[in-house]
Amino acid sequence: MAFAIDLTTIWAFIIAFAVFAYVVMDGFDLGIGILFPTFKVGSERDRAMNSIAPVWDGNETWLVLGGGGLFAAFPLAYAVILPATYPLIIAMLLGLVFRGVAFEFRWRDPGHRRFWDAAFTGGSFVAAMAQGMTLGALLQGIEVSGRSYAGSWWDWLTPYTLLTGIGTVAGYALLGATWLVWKLDGESQDHARSLAKKAALATFVLMGAVSLYNLVLNSEYAARWLTEPEIYFAAPVPILTAIVAVTLLRSLSVSRHSKPFWLAIALFFLGMAGLGVTMWPYVVPPGITIWDAASPESSQIFMLVGVAITMPLIIGYTAWAYWVFRGKVDDTGYH
Amino acid sequence: MFDGLDALLLARIQFAFTVSFHFIFPAFSIGLASYLMVLEGLWLKTGKQLYLDLFKYWLKIFAIAFAMGVVSGIVMSYQFGTNWSVFSDIAGPVIGPLMAYEVLTAFFLEAGFLGVMLFGMNKVGKKLHFAATCMVALGTFISAFWILSVNSWMQTPVGHVMGENGQFLPGESWLAIIFNPSFPYRLVHTLMATYLTTAFVVGAVGAWHLLRDRTNPHARKMFSMAMWMAAIVAPLQIFAGDMHGLNTLEHQPQKVMAMEGHFQSHPDGAPLILFGIPDSEAKTVRYAIEIPKASSLILKHDLNAPLAGLDTIPDDEEPPVGVVFWSFRIMVGIGFAMLGIGMWSLLGRLRKRLYDWSWLHRAALIMGPSGFVAVIAGWITTEVGRQPYVIYGLLRTADAASPLDAPAVGASLLAFILVYFAVFGVGTWYILRLMSHKPHTGETGVKRGDSGPIRTAGITPGPTQNPGQQETLPTESGPMDSGPTDRGDA
Ligand code: HDD
Ligand code: HEM
Ligand code: HEM
Repeated sequence: MAFAIDLTTIWAFIIAFAVFAYVVMDGFDLGIGILFPTFKVGSERDRAMNSIAPVWDGNETWLVLGGGGLFAAFPLAYAVILPATYPLIIAMLLGLVFRGVAFEFRWRDPGHRRFWDAAFTGGSFVAAMAQGMTLGALLQGIEVSGRSYAGSWWDWLTPYTLLTGIGTVAGYALLGATWLVWKLDGESQDHARSLAKKAALATFVLMGAVSLYNLVLNSEYAARWLTEPEIYFAAPVPILTAIVAVTLLRSLSVSRHSKPFWLAIALFFLGMAGLGVTMWPYVVPPGITIWDAASPESSQIFMLVGVAITMPLIIGYTAWAYWVFRGKVDDTGYH
Repeated sequence: MFDGLDALLLARIQFAFTVSFHFIFPAFSIGLASYLMVLEGLWLKTGKQLYLDLFKYWLKIFAIAFAMGVVSGIVMSYQFGTNWSVFSDIAGPVIGPLMAYEVLTAFFLEAGFLGVMLFGMNKVGKKLHFAATCMVALGTFISAFWILSVNSWMQTPVGHVMGENGQFLPGESWLAIIFNPSFPYRLVHTLMATYLTTAFVVGAVGAWHLLRDRTNPHARKMFSMAMWMAAIVAPLQIFAGDMHGLNTLEHQPQKVMAMEGHFQSHPDGAPLILFGIPDSEAKTVRYAIEIPKASSLILKHDLNAPLAGLDTIPDDEEPPVGVVFWSFRIMVGIGFAMLGIGMWSLLGRLRKRLYDWSWLHRAALIMGPSGFVAVIAGWITTEVGRQPYVIYGLLRTADAASPLDAPAVGASLLAFILVYFAVFGVGTWYILRLMSHKPHTGETGVKRGDSGPIRTAGITPGPTQNPGQQETLPTESGPMDSGPTDRGDA
């Protein structure tokens, strides 16, 4: 495990941060979309939608930063991963189209609101599934020759990627449900809580299954988790995950408001850390490391300056926007 | 459906289709964001309800257009990798950072403040709300800055060095890359294009309502503001376009040859071909109507200046002439038509008949969509005119594509066509429906409630569970009249 802090490593962490921010923030938007059919038509649906309407666009922008950052800092990885997962990426983009316009269209056209609600759910589900499967396709390894993708256009479809896809859907549903536990009250909150419990159980099971599958998928992955001295760095991840999982389930049994959401985020954070252990230092397993794919120093420095200046501002005004719309979304609007 | 087309051609069609669709929305939302900023600013300054009404009227339309711009834009940012992976790998070190700057400085700004702009009037107070509107408008501007810099670098690449692995690498100075030779022209010309596009949409909506009721104060104000834009910006745009053309002549001469339809060189004064049918096989323009020597006058400011033609260019370096020739004429034709409307409106103002001349209103109504046509025609001129290169002179489009099979690209193209026409078609329909509503006093903002915002006056909403988020009926006087209300004030 070579671990020197150089520019390329910093960039790997920046991209990982962008992806994490995206997964958590758009994760709860998409999760609400996935759970939408279980909400009662009328006030419950409207409030679920209103709880994310002011922030979804900002949340989705992290996806553009993840993709754009990869393009800029690791162009080779961008140029290999996207053709390798072509149908998944197209499906995700189209899913996001339906999901994104539904926010506006359902209010503009009450006569077809059911249709746009269905588009909201369908789009969210497809996007979540495609994102999870893309991650799976990456982990199971991408065939490369020279500087391009060399596999066929169905390589991404395997039982493993289906598993990672469903796991992501469950995880997003958990984020969405816990977000609603925070933002709703009364009966709807109880409903969200019971959804969150189911989603939590599904997430734990699927996370576990993917982790075990990883060990048989690739002997190098197994080595990273199971040999000394790596095991001392790696072992805390599953242990902490188990602790967070138990705390999360308990917080859903008592009437906590925001705690389950933060714990769900912690769960995703640990998942991300686990992913780091598994993949490091490859950006496209099995062949391309972050250094192979990195753009030249001058590109990375130029962008690093931009990130250093803008990122605190972005985090600042994003936090402000969330703060403006804080509190419960209930029948009388925001408190 | 796409049998016989190779993967490269399909990828090109797909890129052209998705980017053209995408650009329709920014062309409108960049201008509209600035217009909203002006309206809200005027409201804060004068306190006049009229401006607030107009602000809210256009805000609803903006919300839809912006959402469509965002979702179609995300598609674009991933298409470089999905369909042009060789290009992405090779050019990533140079253009990747510029696009990353666009995300960091523009997209986050727009998206971060959009929520407050749409829903926050009640929550943050007038001044902060105005600041949010300004930030969104600024974001659209910055976004145009970066993406046009990227595109311009692809047209006039400078400031890079070639790496050993075949990549374009940044040279000494990033400023040389960002401010490449065609960028200032393209930025000015495109920004003015978005203002004109918006002005003509706003003008058409104003005209439509004036035709129904010429005393409507809201319609009058819209129409008047739009006509000022047309009268001032259209001439500037023609001037900027001319400068842009001269710049192109310097850096991409074969594009100008194609625009002008000059298959042959003209050693002593080239004619300006107004119309005709370019025939690339025979290398001539059939049925040409031309003004002798005028092209040399425009491009060289000298009647007898020699101009080289496509005969000096190897065949495999020529762009497709027909498309470029025609798209250029469509854009220029619309530019002059816009100028005509602007001048007509000045005359109307002078005679104090601006709101009475129904033929002017009818003409403005017809010109409503013209900006979109001109903008797309302009981009087609620019992009097709640089073919066969994607990075001008350095990387051929044919060498830039991803290693994908034709069926994969064909299937995605078909999916994009179906989804875009359906979804954005419906969105455009919703926008048109909002525009058909008469602007009035007590206009509501972007509201969320059970009754839904679109209602004809007179239909009473059913019992609502959401009194706080209740849409106020257009003709009702309610809390709306006293100022901005949104989403309940509890
Ligand atoms: C001159 C202006 C202009 C041009 C040429 C383009 N765009 Fe665009 N784009 C905008 C002006 C804009 C904007 C005004 O900033 C938008 C339009 C509506 C919106 O929401 O932001 C936008 C949205 C937008 C978004 C969504 C941003 C978000 O999440 O908020 C992405 C990812 C892109 N664009 C990417 C692209 C790419 C990859 C392009 C080129 C192929 C492109 N745009 C051409
Ligand atoms: C938004 C306005 C734009 C429009 C309407 C537009 C339109 C087009 C069209 C019609 C083509 C096809 C040309 C051909 O193949 O004959 C094309 C090609 C291309 N454009 Fe643009 N373009 C726009 C902006 C951009 C920007 C900002 C970039 C880069 C950042 C870009 C990058 C490309 C690339 C890479 C191609 C090559 C692929 C191809 O040839 O189809 N375009 N564009
Ligand atoms: C009659 C006046 C006009 C002239 C002489 C003119 C000239 C030009 C030229 C020469 C180009 C190609 C530049 C290149 O790629 O090298 C261009 C592109 C373009 N034009 Fe125009 N134009 C005119 C009017 C308009 C109008 C009215 C609009 C829109 C409302 C418009 C929108 C555009 C756009 C969006 C582009 C592509 C981006 C760019 O390269 O700047 N133009 N124009």
